[in-house]
Amino acid sequence: MTAKKTGKRAGGKLPRQGTTRSRTRVGPLAGTPHVAPTLDIDALLDDCGTEIIVCCGAGGVGKTTTSAALALRAAERGRRVVVLTIDPARRLAQSMGVEKLDNTPRQVQGAKWARGFGGAKGGEAPHLYAMMLDMKRTFDEVVLSGSNPQKAQQILSNPFYIALSSSFAGTQEYMAMEKLGQLYRQAQADGSYDLIVVDTPPSRSALDFLDAPERLSSFLDGRFIRLLIAPARGPARLMTAGLGLFTAALNKILGAAFLTDVQTFIAALDTLFGGFRVRAEKTFALLQADGTAFLVIAAPEPDALREAAYFVERLGEDQMPLAGLVVNRASPAPPGKLSADEAMTAATRLTRRTRGKASAARTAGLLHLHADRTRLVEREAQLRRRFAAAHPDVPTVVVPALSTDVHDLAGLRRIGALLAEG
Amino acid sequence: MPAHSKPDWPKPDWPKVRLHVVTGKGGTGKSTVAAALALALASHGNQVLLCEVEGRQGIARMFDVDPLPYEERQIATGLTVSGAPRAPGSVYALHIDPESALMDYLSMFYRLGRAGRALDRFGVTEFATTIAPGVRDVLLTGKVYEVARRDGSRNKGRRYDAIVLDAPPTGRIAQFLGVNQELAGLAKVGPVRNQADSIMTLLRSERTAVHLVTVLEEMPVQETADGLDQLRKAGLPVGGVVVNLVRRGDLEADDLAAARAGTLDIAAIAADLKGAGVEIDAEDPFVEALADEARDHAERRGLEDTQRALIEDLGVPTYELPRLATGVDLGALYELAAALKVQGMA
Repeated sequence: MTAKKTGKRAGGKLPRQGTTRSRTRVGPLAGTPHVAPTLDIDALLDDCGTEIIVCCGAGGVGKTTTSAALALRAAERGRRVVVLTIDPARRLAQSMGVEKLDNTPRQVQGAKWARGFGGAKGGEAPHLYAMMLDMKRTFDEVVLSGSNPQKAQQILSNPFYIALSSSFAGTQEYMAMEKLGQLYRQAQADGSYDLIVVDTPPSRSALDFLDAPERLSSFLDGRFIRLLIAPARGPARLMTAGLGLFTAALNKILGAAFLTDVQTFIAALDTLFGGFRVRAEKTFALLQADGTAFLVIAAPEPDALREAAYFVERLGEDQMPLAGLVVNRASPAPPGKLSADEAMTAATRLTRRTRGKASAARTAGLLHLHADRTRLVEREAQLRRRFAAAHPDVPTVVVPALSTDVHDLAGLRRIGALLAEG
Repeated sequence: MPAHSKPDWPKPDWPKVRLHVVTGKGGTGKSTVAAALALALASHGNQVLLCEVEGRQGIARMFDVDPLPYEERQIATGLTVSGAPRAPGSVYALHIDPESALMDYLSMFYRLGRAGRALDRFGVTEFATTIAPGVRDVLLTGKVYEVARRDGSRNKGRRYDAIVLDAPPTGRIAQFLGVNQELAGLAKVGPVRNQADSIMTLLRSERTAVHLVTVLEEMPVQETADGLDQLRKAGLPVGGVVVNLVRRGDLEADDLAAARAGTLDIAAIAADLKGAGVEIDAEDPFVEALADEARDHAERRGLEDTQRALIEDLGVPTYELPRLATGVDLGALYELAAALKVQGMA
């Protein structure tokens, strides 16, 4: 069922008399059903001005699968695509025919031209590459490319660096930004790709991805970090009142050896981080540019839609170009006009009248199923209506739940088609 | 609040566990399960603390109370069990945010006073809680540890019989709980090292259990299996697997088979419907459509059975919670709590 249909149906039900529209009012009138505009996925994918698509949203809403499906569809419609996934299930990698995704883009075999595409390509296969972010490897590459071999080795073997780059939360967000920047620069330089599809990390707060550059900047400009690296630079200027207390407190908490370790590490990374920050800021600007399209992915669940609403607002604040909302896993509409209450009533009556008869129990079971499904669909439609009422301008596409998981390119293609159907 | 009458409540499966960590893949309902578990544990006069660490204020929403501060608040009465010798205890809630945890931590362990404020002036608070990777997890687990080690002595605060932690998702859980191990590797000596060691000792002891929430779908089940492996490798005690959002068994096995094969007796169903007062015509497509719905359902049930078998192979106690078509409200939480109690999880 599409959002459009739902809106229409609701429109027919609600009484309209007595409501006067105020032109000056901001936002929709309470109770006025709003029909969200439909998100045209193919128009987005086919537009050569679209260079980056970022899929974001809460965990468990099918972000990674959606990213892969979009990438496949775009490639089969003639774009040169790379999809950067953050943490795919092994099955997803397998579904793209790549046994193990790693930090280098691998070509996906088996993509085939969509009808009407590829004629001009002279027998060439669609251009689709996939990769998975390896945060430690990416961090190591940054270190290796940004400093001389001796210094790089010193950083790579620092215990603090090893912990930071491989196991601490938060690093993934920085590295996702770094990798996106790298891919984009490569695409600009050699034309290897004209569309990058990015799946965002499953952050505890989905906003961490956007915050990464700003955090990095405040990390580097922060007084704390300047204090930490002060001994390496000559501390005279920073000898303000309170510093004694400050270092005393740190030593008390962390132990002097710990602090020295960190200082060595930060001093070693200092020059490196400078370039790192410049690039992160560039990537941030890139995300704000016209060539980028953000897709917010959600499921028709209160939590996922709340997160989606937060995202839509946050993208607006940061002037990030929002293309629309994808609502995955919508329950398909049940057939017929029997309401949930009617079905339950009939089931109760049936059970009471024909106590113990197997066929009647079966029919009552069918009625229960119907009632449950009807309720679920009503609840989901209600949630989507509320979202549309609060965010009336967000183009939306609703993708019905599939009964099985995706195992192969055919499955991804099917999801791509459902996304495009609107 | 309804009293749930059930003649025989089984013995709880986790009598020694004080800290219940609840994790799960995103979208599986781990916060709901954590809340229901807290209610179930709070029957029989037990005082239970429900903690959240991800800043989402999910507890406040579920229990329909104002957003929670960094302070233990009484939010609900535990599950009422009919015929129990003791009235239910209370569920308290605590929203742990890293900034408050940092200040709390500093004042509690180091009595820093003026120096603590100096830290703030130098931007350390911001550094520690938002910028430096990993430090958040240290602070969050540290606060949970502080609550869990209370023994009822005067100046340590309220002692709880059980603590339920609504933890980060499965993909991050081993990292989250193991962060103190990392820290102990970095800080070789000193109070931070000692604190980190004590936290790891608690988390690895039989007083802790990490429960995983899943649904009967391929990816979440796979992630649960992977999560179990990671927990075991990290030496963290695995609790049970809670299978959430299970479809109701409205149809018997042979009917499911018939539905899948498309051999349901359409005429008999139509007759039953008529008998129950549903207005349908002779060849009403609605009856066929009902059979189609049943086939869909049967297919999903088949897939679910495959996943259920995989979960049973994991070799840990499992518990099932039903899918509620109307969503989860406070009343539903008590229903789910009763379901957990009946199955012996609490």
